[in-house]
Amino acid sequence: MERKSPVFTAFVYVCAILLAVVILAPLAWLFVMSISPAADLAAKPLRWWPQAADFSRYEQLLSRAENSAGAAFTSSLRNSLEVAGMATLAAVVLAVPAGWAVSRTPSVGWSLSMVIATYMLPPVALSVPLYMGLSWLGLLNNVLGLALIYLTILAPFTTWLMKSGFDSIPREIEAAAMIDGAGLFQTWRIITLPLAAPVVATSALFAVLLAWDEFFYALLFTSDQRAKTLTVAIADLAGGRVSDYGLIATAGVLAALPPVLIGLVMQRALISGLTSGGVKG
Amino acid sequence: MSGTWMTTRAWLLMLPLLVIMVAVIGWPLVDTVRLSFTDAQLVGTAGNYVGFDNYTKMLTSSNFTRTLSTTTWFAVVSVAAEMVLGVLAALLLNQEFRGRAILRGLMILPWALPTVVNATLWRLIYNPEYGALNAALTQLHLIDDYRSWLGEPGTALAALIVADCWKNFPLVALIALAALQAVPRDITAAALVDGAGPFNRFRFVILPYLAGPLMVALVLRTIEAFKVFDIIWVMTRGGPANSTRSLSILVYQEAFSFQRAGSGASLALIVTLLVTVLAVAYATMVRKTAGSAA
Repeated sequence: MERKSPVFTAFVYVCAILLAVVILAPLAWLFVMSISPAADLAAKPLRWWPQAADFSRYEQLLSRAENSAGAAFTSSLRNSLEVAGMATLAAVVLAVPAGWAVSRTPSVGWSLSMVIATYMLPPVALSVPLYMGLSWLGLLNNVLGLALIYLTILAPFTTWLMKSGFDSIPREIEAAAMIDGAGLFQTWRIITLPLAAPVVATSALFAVLLAWDEFFYALLFTSDQRAKTLTVAIADLAGGRVSDYGLIATAGVLAALPPVLIGLVMQRALISGLTSGGVKG
Repeated sequence: MSGTWMTTRAWLLMLPLLVIMVAVIGWPLVDTVRLSFTDAQLVGTAGNYVGFDNYTKMLTSSNFTRTLSTTTWFAVVSVAAEMVLGVLAALLLNQEFRGRAILRGLMILPWALPTVVNATLWRLIYNPEYGALNAALTQLHLIDDYRSWLGEPGTALAALIVADCWKNFPLVALIALAALQAVPRDITAAALVDGAGPFNRFRFVILPYLAGPLMVALVLRTIEAFKVFDIIWVMTRGGPANSTRSLSILVYQEAFSFQRAGSGASLALIVTLLVTVLAVAYATMVRKTAGSAA
């Protein structure tokens, strides 16, 4: 190992602190805004720390009193949960057989490559026919319609992750079960899926993150509280005439909590999932 | 079991996924092509065949050329900055220091933050009357008066790029860090013994390990930056004076604000073609880098 000079060590610590500040300062400020009284946020010079922490906005947004900011926020929260939940469940259900098929029969792999290549398409290239199609089906401003479209964003990723997961399960274990008389689905149930459970969980959480983040289709295809998702509700708040910036910040904190928690818990798995393609390829 | 049965069964298992993808992506794409040759409106008239009119109109409009250059500028600057900052952060995180694991954990935060929340956060930071940036810069006596960072064509795009970089450079850093940790210790040690300086060690010993993963990150980030919509929509809606309008926002305005489905479709396909050309060019480069590294 290289012997590090004290100057170099000091340099490393200075850079590390700088990086931590760059990452944390905007996030900390979002939280501080959410608990600062409106007067503090409008003060000049700006007050960087509230005189008294004020958590009332959280209460306000999570209350369900009619026609309040809370009613709009909680309904969008519910819509986001529903859309993300339905789309993720469907994506995993499609991804398990498809991922297994590509893993065990590589000759059909080109079809998965084509499915993944759809990621390149800008959503605007599909938006007009999708708008007309959803309108024809009566699925505009409907969580089911939105979930159907999200499914096509999530499924390529989940299938790819499932395929990599199945690749690491030896075929011999499955073959042994089949020789003992187990059918395909029985073999999956008893052998393959229990072994692949961590990959299923990772790809499901990854799918939830993607669905939670989506904005473009939600903006186009939803118009009121029946289907508007969180991202649209927050964009409405940010672009609207809300005079209390703390309220916008509070909505941001609440919307960021689930994905941030998933990100922290899943750190290792997410990073290896994100990098596997890159490092191996 | 025979090979044909295996293949048939594989296709049967793929079928549900393929049917959904064809129905929700394949069909709309084909229909967009059809629409692009008509003067269809978003609601009402089905439209008549107009040949390449929409394409020539769009390609020759000053709106298109200006938006194309804005988008290219956004993509090139933000992706380049993300790559450089990402690699530097990864080199730092590859050093040994106390708190390294915590710092690495923090890097996941901007990546996990929803894009719309990130855009909202920076919009608040840049706020012309109450924003933290104005407050911090005046309190440090770096500027005298509050400025409208997102309200002036001169600073709006740069402000957007900063917000985009903050969210995305940590991902590049994590990818680069994973690659750095795959560099065998004895190779770096040998280079050191041979008297290679820090720059040469990076260029000739470490960079070959980084090249492949970084290329993949570069491809994905460039495609995403070229398609950019969300962050711009929330922060500026393409303004002021269209100075931050990206191609995706132009298509949105054409097809949905002005309800011109036909010309919107042609514009969307032009964007798709540009992204595809980029992706293919990159894919070739990736294969070359992978080939030379191996």
